[in-house]
Amino acid sequence: MGENIFLMIAGLVIASAFWVVFSPNLIHSAVSLLFTLFGTAGLYVFLYADFIAATQVVIYVGGILVLIIFGVMLTNRIDTPSIAAGSANQFIGGIGAFAIFVMQIGVIFNTPWQIGNNQSRETTVDTIGKLLLNEYLLPFEIVSILLLAALMGAALLSRRN
Amino acid sequence: MTSIFDSLQITFSGLNLDLMIVLPAIALMGGTVIFLLMAVNALVAVYFERKVSAFMQDRLGPMEVGILGFKGGKRFWGGIGQTLADAIKLLVKEDILPNDADRVLMILAPFIIFTGAFLTFIGLPFAENLVISDFNIGVFYIVAMSSVGVIGIILAGWSSNNKWSLYGAMRAAAQIISYEIPIGLSLLLVVLVAGSLNFGDIVQWQADNRWFIFHSPFSFLAFFIFFISIVAETNRTPFDIPEAESELVAGWMTEYSGFRWALFFLSEYANMLIVSIVASTVFLGGWLSPLQMFNVLPEAWLFLDGPTLGLFWVFLKAIILIFVMMWFRWTFPRLRVDQLMYLCWKVFIPFGLANLFFISLWELLF
Repeated sequence: MGENIFLMIAGLVIASAFWVVFSPNLIHSAVSLLFTLFGTAGLYVFLYADFIAATQVVIYVGGILVLIIFGVMLTNRIDTPSIAAGSANQFIGGIGAFAIFVMQIGVIFNTPWQIGNNQSRETTVDTIGKLLLNEYLLPFEIVSILLLAALMGAALLSRRN
Repeated sequence: MTSIFDSLQITFSGLNLDLMIVLPAIALMGGTVIFLLMAVNALVAVYFERKVSAFMQDRLGPMEVGILGFKGGKRFWGGIGQTLADAIKLLVKEDILPNDADRVLMILAPFIIFTGAFLTFIGLPFAENLVISDFNIGVFYIVAMSSVGVIGIILAGWSSNNKWSLYGAMRAAAQIISYEIPIGLSLLLVVLVAGSLNFGDIVQWQADNRWFIFHSPFSFLAFFIFFISIVAETNRTPFDIPEAESELVAGWMTEYSGFRWALFFLSEYANMLIVSIVASTVFLGGWLSPLQMFNVLPEAWLFLDGPTLGLFWVFLKAIILIFVMMWFRWTFPRLRVDQLMYLCWKVFIPFGLANLFFISLWELLF
């Protein structure tokens, strides 16, 4: 049962990821990304990472994807339904993608995967909170300052004068 | 807190059926219940809204329409025929797709919005032990799933290929994303004090101490920030600028008709119910009886605090909140876009952050 659902979700993620890349219409790519991101959240649920799954939906689906669609709609001519995706720089992009692919294959085959018994379905929120505010407090604060700087930079850039 | 899903699974496990059959069957049953709830909710809420508007603004129509020979008029069922007629009309109406619209997305968009509302119901508690599936991260799950609908709104506006729709969609997206922040900040207050994201734990905390709205001055303020923000989040007057009739025809819904428009309608009223139930569970004690809190005849009223009456209390509180939202709608004029953004970014978010700081101090001191 679980395996079938996993295969369905994994299939959805891969199929929609293909459509993100190959769709001629940029908005259709963005919509397809919705299914990819949602499916990824489903995969997190399979890892008993409920908090990460919900965070994935909040940040990627509710935030970043909306920003992407907004960006596409605002930067192109929005009165034509088909916004074509450019296919320049295929060669350079291909090299980059291939390098990442080789790296990922290397990581997949060199990682000692833990295949064992079912994990208990305990909440992960407590552990994440304690780790973030004790052991990883400094990186957490540095990242938040970085984000704050980015926010202020964006506000500064978007001012008219 | 055991959920409906778990108890059904325990019930079925006695039948020695394959898990492959049982789980989809349970999921289907839960889904049917949610869908029926959404449909009935929309029917009742529309009737309620018509009557409220009629009482407040002396409208004649909603008081008159009868049903099947029963004349309406100034009786309590006056106007009830209109709701049924509307529902049938929507189902049999011609479904129009504009020529230059993006057909795939235009068909897909209402379903995305509907799915967002539908998924939210799964984690929503209606009473103690009456929740489809009980998540450890309940509050966060609701916030996550209700953010899915925005994408549907943007797609509906864009794919219609209509200026009004696009403006409406842009306004809706900006508004919903902005108001998610004060909502999150106010909910964080509760999570901070109760120490859990689970609805059951939050209500248990309120049972042990006091309702959250009366916990401290800061949580009192947080409730009002939350309530005004959810009115904005559900795109209702005075925050209905995405579908402002006098400027944008119907905003992002302009080109929709028939069943797909009915789906928008269904999700809109479902969202009202969802946010009201969240507000009543998180701030107003959920399934706890108000009589017990005010200590009116504590012994005699104890029978009003059982698990069966939890449903009644949750819905009573939610319906009162929905009534206030309707009251807003028929009383206040619409805000301008800049006023809306001012209210969110310069009033609610600073106050929300200050609230969060002071409640932390409060928790340290008391």
